[in-house]
Amino acid sequence: MGLLDKQFENGNIVITNVDNLLNWARLSSLWQMQFGLACCAIEMMAASASHYDMMRFGVIPRATPRQCDLMIVSGTVTLKMASRIKRLFDQMPEPRYVISMGSCSNCGGPYWEHGYHVLKGVDRIIPVDVYVPGCPPRPEALIEGVIKLQEKIRAHSLAKVKA
Amino acid sequence: MTFQEIADKLSAKFGQNILAIKSDVKPDPYILVSADSILEISKYLRDEENFDFLNSLSGVDLKGKLAAVYHISSLTSKDKIVIRVEVETANPTIPSVESIWKSANWHEREAFDLFGIVFSNHPDLRRILLPYDWEGHPLRKDYQVPEFYNGMKVPY
Repeated sequence: MGLLDKQFENGNIVITNVDNLLNWARLSSLWQMQFGLACCAIEMMAASASHYDMMRFGVIPRATPRQCDLMIVSGTVTLKMASRIKRLFDQMPEPRYVISMGSCSNCGGPYWEHGYHVLKGVDRIIPVDVYVPGCPPRPEALIEGVIKLQEKIRAHSLAKVKA
Repeated sequence: MTFQEIADKLSAKFGQNILAIKSDVKPDPYILVSADSILEISKYLRDEENFDFLNSLSGVDLKGKLAAVYHISSLTSKDKIVIRVEVETANPTIPSVESIWKSANWHEREAFDLFGIVFSNHPDLRRILLPYDWEGHPLRKDYQVPEFYNGMKVPY
């Protein structure tokens, strides 16, 4: 709880600033879109399961984009799926974040040359905050991606809003 | 029943429509039949010879010709047979065997989707894997990858 500036012993008053409060709230409850695209989704599910337990970072899978803050694009983005991903992303309320998980989603992966049906990187249709490399990345790598995103959110400020 | 026995039975019954018997091909010897007779031969194999299961129906591009390969087996006698049909790429029409083996339905849709083989009398011949507005049949040898699909750049 390093964000909190000062804590008084009586009266339960905590003093902080608005930026820290908002950022702390946002980064502590990164609710995730519950959808998977390919083998990376298996690792994402493993990261959510008891052994790695991504929920201790506040990452809870939600089954509707309206309740989500974070989209983990876990797997190969086919051209058929790309328009669906764009629509799901558009349905998420702001502020929203995207983690691109695995080589396919980062740049097309093994389909980069002959994959007539694969989008060569999900960043061609939606903005990506964190890229997690690997094929597929292990759950530790995905969790590190989540922590990187939390660091990024911690640096946000209302004074200089970035698009 | 060996491959040769089935081949002999088929050529005795269908004569002209059995175009070739490739018994020395690895790994699976096959019988090349004419497109017009595939429905009749399938019906015979299922009803008379107990070939009750279509394992797979796959497409092949032979450059100038398209082929459909039927892997058929019998769950009772454990026999297996491979039947093949070849048609000109300019007019790739083969009668559907969906009425014989229901599993042909999606296999034929896949061969239609990726190779453009038209299966006549198929109840629902739509693309099965690619989006409905896709142009071309990607597993053909002369397929050119499009530059854009719905505004998304396709090449790397």
